[in-house]
Amino acid sequence: MTALPRLFLALLLACAAFSASAADIRRVESPGGIVGWLVSDDTVPLLAVKFAFTGGAAQDPDGKAGVANMVSGLLDEGAGDMDAQQFQRRAEELAIRYNFDAGRDAFYGELRTLSENIDAAVDLVRIAISSPRFDEDAVERIRGQIVSGLRGDINDPDTIASRAWMQAIFGDHPYGRPIDGTMESVARIGRDDLVAFASANFARDNLHVAAVGDISEEAFGLLLDRMFSGLPETASLRTVPQASLAARPFETVIDTDVPQTVIQFGGPGLMRHDPDFVPAYVLNHLLGGGTFTSRLYDEIREKRGLAYGVDTYLYPLDHAALFGGGVATRGERAAESLRIIREEIARIAADGPTQAELDEAKAYLKGSYPLRFDTSGKIAGQLLQIQIEELGIDYIERRNSLIDAVTIDDVRRAAGRLFADGAPYVTIVGRKAALENSGG
Amino acid sequence: MRRRPAAQCARLALLAVALLFATLAPRLAAAADVGHFFLDNGLEVVVVPDHRSPVVTHMIWYKVGSADEEPGKAGVAHFLEHLLFKGTPKHPGSSFSDTVAAIGGSENAFTSYDYTAYYQRVAREHLPLVMEMEADRMTNLILTDDVVARERDVVLEERRSRVENDPGSKLGEVLDATFYLEHPYGRPVIGWMQEIEALDREDALDVYTRYYTPNNAVLVVAGDVEPDEVRALAARTYGEVARRADPPPRIRRAEPDVDAERRVLLRDPSTEQESLRREYHVPSYTTAEPGVAEALDVLGEAFGGGATSRLYRRLVVERKLAAGAGGYYQASALDDTAFHLYAVPADGVDLATLEKAMDEEVADLVANGLDADDIERAKRNIIAEAVYARDSQSAMARIYGTALTTGSTVEAVEGWADAIRAVTPEDVDKAARDWLRIGRSATGWLVRQAPKEPS
Repeated sequence: MTALPRLFLALLLACAAFSASAADIRRVESPGGIVGWLVSDDTVPLLAVKFAFTGGAAQDPDGKAGVANMVSGLLDEGAGDMDAQQFQRRAEELAIRYNFDAGRDAFYGELRTLSENIDAAVDLVRIAISSPRFDEDAVERIRGQIVSGLRGDINDPDTIASRAWMQAIFGDHPYGRPIDGTMESVARIGRDDLVAFASANFARDNLHVAAVGDISEEAFGLLLDRMFSGLPETASLRTVPQASLAARPFETVIDTDVPQTVIQFGGPGLMRHDPDFVPAYVLNHLLGGGTFTSRLYDEIREKRGLAYGVDTYLYPLDHAALFGGGVATRGERAAESLRIIREEIARIAADGPTQAELDEAKAYLKGSYPLRFDTSGKIAGQLLQIQIEELGIDYIERRNSLIDAVTIDDVRRAAGRLFADGAPYVTIVGRKAALENSGG
Repeated sequence: MRRRPAAQCARLALLAVALLFATLAPRLAAAADVGHFFLDNGLEVVVVPDHRSPVVTHMIWYKVGSADEEPGKAGVAHFLEHLLFKGTPKHPGSSFSDTVAAIGGSENAFTSYDYTAYYQRVAREHLPLVMEMEADRMTNLILTDDVVARERDVVLEERRSRVENDPGSKLGEVLDATFYLEHPYGRPVIGWMQEIEALDREDALDVYTRYYTPNNAVLVVAGDVEPDEVRALAARTYGEVARRADPPPRIRRAEPDVDAERRVLLRDPSTEQESLRREYHVPSYTTAEPGVAEALDVLGEAFGGGATSRLYRRLVVERKLAAGAGGYYQASALDDTAFHLYAVPADGVDLATLEKAMDEEVADLVANGLDADDIERAKRNIIAEAVYARDSQSAMARIYGTALTTGSTVEAVEGWADAIRAVTPEDVDKAARDWLRIGRSATGWLVRQAPKEPS
C-alpha cells in the first residue's frame, strides 16, 4: 500500500481526532460516466475489485425463490462465445479468482487478478455479467447442485431454525424466503427467469464498484468502462415494500431428533440510518457481539459451560431491520440456556450497561476497526459496503468518532427500542421431549 | 439470512481451517525480507514483514497435536487449547481475553493433528503486550477442577455442534478411523465423546508440562514490523521463559502396509443427500522423496480441483452422474497423509453406480495420464495462489507456522513455487500410478436410512 492509506489507518488507531483526508480513497469517474472508489497500491502485484448491483434476492419472482442465487452460480457457466468449460478454463489459464453471490438486497461480484492479467480478467467478468448464456445443460447442472445442497440441509438444525425464524418474522414478504430457495421453488425456475433477472438487475444505475491494488486512477477509469459500459443504463427493479414484522413475539419448537438443540432468537432491529443504530451496535457488542467478553458469552459459556458459542448481531436490511442471535446446546439444558438469554436481554433493557462495560465495548470497536483493512479484498469490501449503505466517502475517518460519541443514555435508549417488550422471537429446533423435561 | 458465525466466536477453527491450510501451506512465493532465527532457549522465530497497514498478526505454534496424544486421551491437546484461556497468576481469570478485547484485538486458537496454535491480531503498538501475555501463559497456567469441568462441557457442546449434528462430519471421522489402522491421524482432533468426558485437569497439565516449552514452539509474527524489532521484543518476553522439558521425538505408530480396500457405510436417518468419499495413503511434503509431494499437489489440482478438473468434467459435466465431484492432496503433515476424492450423486443415481464411474476415471488416469495442458493450468494456478497469499498477513503467518510444525523448513516454503514449476507431466502421471491404489484406500458412503416407524 502507498504511504497514504497507511497514514489514514495509523490515524484511526489514534482513536481521537481524525485529521487524515479521504485523499487515499479516490472517487474515480470513468470517461463513460461510471463511478468507482479506488485505493491505488502497488506493493503486491494484485488487483481486487468488488462490485454490487442493488436488488438481490428480494427481486426473485413470487413462487420462484432462488433465482438470484441460481444466476450467481451460472454466470461462469457459459458467456459470450464460450461454453462453461471454455470460460472456466480461460479463467484458470489467467489464474484469476472470481465469485458471484446473491445477497438479500444486492447481487455481489468479486474479482482478484494478478496485475499482468488485468485486462483479460476484466474481459471475462464483463462477458459473464453482460452476456451470460444460461445454456440448458449448464442450467440443469447448477440446478442439480443447488438441489443437492438443499437436500443435504433438510435435517440440518441450523438451516431449519434460521429458515423457520425468518419465515415466521416476515411471512410472505420477500425476506421470508430463503435466498437459495426451496427444492420446490428451484424446480420451478426456468431459463427465462434467469435471463429476466440478469437483464433487469445488471445495470449501471444500481451499480457500486470498489477496487484496491496495483492500478492507476486513469487505468481504473478505463477498467470501469471496459467492465460495465455494455450494461443497460437503468435497472428495472420491482418495488419491494417495507416489511411489517410479526406483530407479537413467538416461541416455536420444531421437534427434530438431533443430539444438540439449536435456538434462534431475536426481534426487530434498527435501520442503518436510524439515529440510534450506532448505539444499538455498541449495545449488541456488549450483549453478544463476537468477542470472548460479551455478557451472553460470559453467562452461557464461561459461567455455565452451556454452549460452545453464543452470539447476537444486528441485521439491517433495506426494507426491514432485525436483531438476531443464536445458541446451540444439549437438549436437557436448552430451556436453561433460553431462560438465561431472556433474562440477560431483560436485564440490559431495564438497566443498560455499566459505564465500564460501555467504555470497554467502545475501546474494542474503535481499536479493532483497522483489522478490517489488512488485505486488498477486505479494504475493497469495506469501500463497497460504505457505498451501498450511503455512508459517505469520508466514513472511514468519521466512524470511530461516531462510536466515541455514544453515551450510556444512548445505549439505554437503543436497548429500550430494541427490547421494548423484553420478549424475543424464538425458534427452537431439537427434541421436544428433552426441552419439556428440562424445565429451565 | 446470515448464518450464525459460530465458528468465529469459537476458540478453535478445527477441521476446516486445518484442512484448508494443510492444502495451502507450502503454496507461496517468498515474501520479501522474511526473518528467521532462534532464541537461546530454543524458540524458533519467523517474521514476515508487511507494512501496508499498521496491524500485526502474532502467533505461537506448539509442536503438539492430536497425533501426539496418549491412547485413550483423544482430544486432550484440543482441550488444553481451550484451557489456555483460563489465566495465570499475572493475568488471572479471563484477563487475557479482556485485555485483547480492550485493545481492539481479535484472538483465537486452533488445534490440528500436528500442532496447536494461538494468535492475536492487533494494532502494531500492542505487539509487546500480546507477546508478554502469550509468553506468560506458555508456562504459568493455573487450572482448577471447577474451571476444567465447565470447559469440558463447552468442548462436549463443540463436538455436538461440529460432529454429532452433522452426518458428513460423522462419516469423515469413521472413515479416518478406518483408513488409519495404527497411526493416530485416525483419531479425531476434537476427540471421541467418551474420551473427552473422561479428561481431567491432570490430563491437560500433563500435555502442558511436557510440550509447552520454548524449545518446542515456533513464534510467527506477520505484519507491520521488522525482524530486528521482533528479535528484541522476543528476547524480553519469550526469551525469559526457561526450557522446562525436552519433548520426546515425534515418532508415531506407523501404518502397516496392508493391501486391503477398506470400506465404511454410515446409515443415517437424518441424511437426505447421499455422498461418498475416498482416501488413499500417500506421502506428505515431509515424508515424500524429492518431487513426489509436488507432483501429488499438481495431480490433486488437475484431477480434482474445481470445475475444470478431470474428475468434475467427466462425472458432472459429461457423464452427468454427479452433482459435484473433486479431490485434493492433504499436503502438510509430519507423517504420511491422504489424497482425497469425493462425489455427490446426481438425482436418481445410486452410490454404487457413482463409485464405479469414479473407479473408471481413476483407472483411466492411471493408465493414460492427464493432458499436458491440464497439468500446465494446474501448475499455474497453484503458483498464483502463492502470490494471492501475500495479500494476507494472516495467511502468510499460517503458512510458515504450518510448515515449521509439520517438519518442513523456511527454505522449503520459499523454494516451493520453483519446485512446483519443475514438475513434469511424467512426474504427475507417475504419482497417479504409484499412489492411487485401491488396496491403499478407504471408501466411505453416507447413505439415507428411512426413519423408524413410530412404535
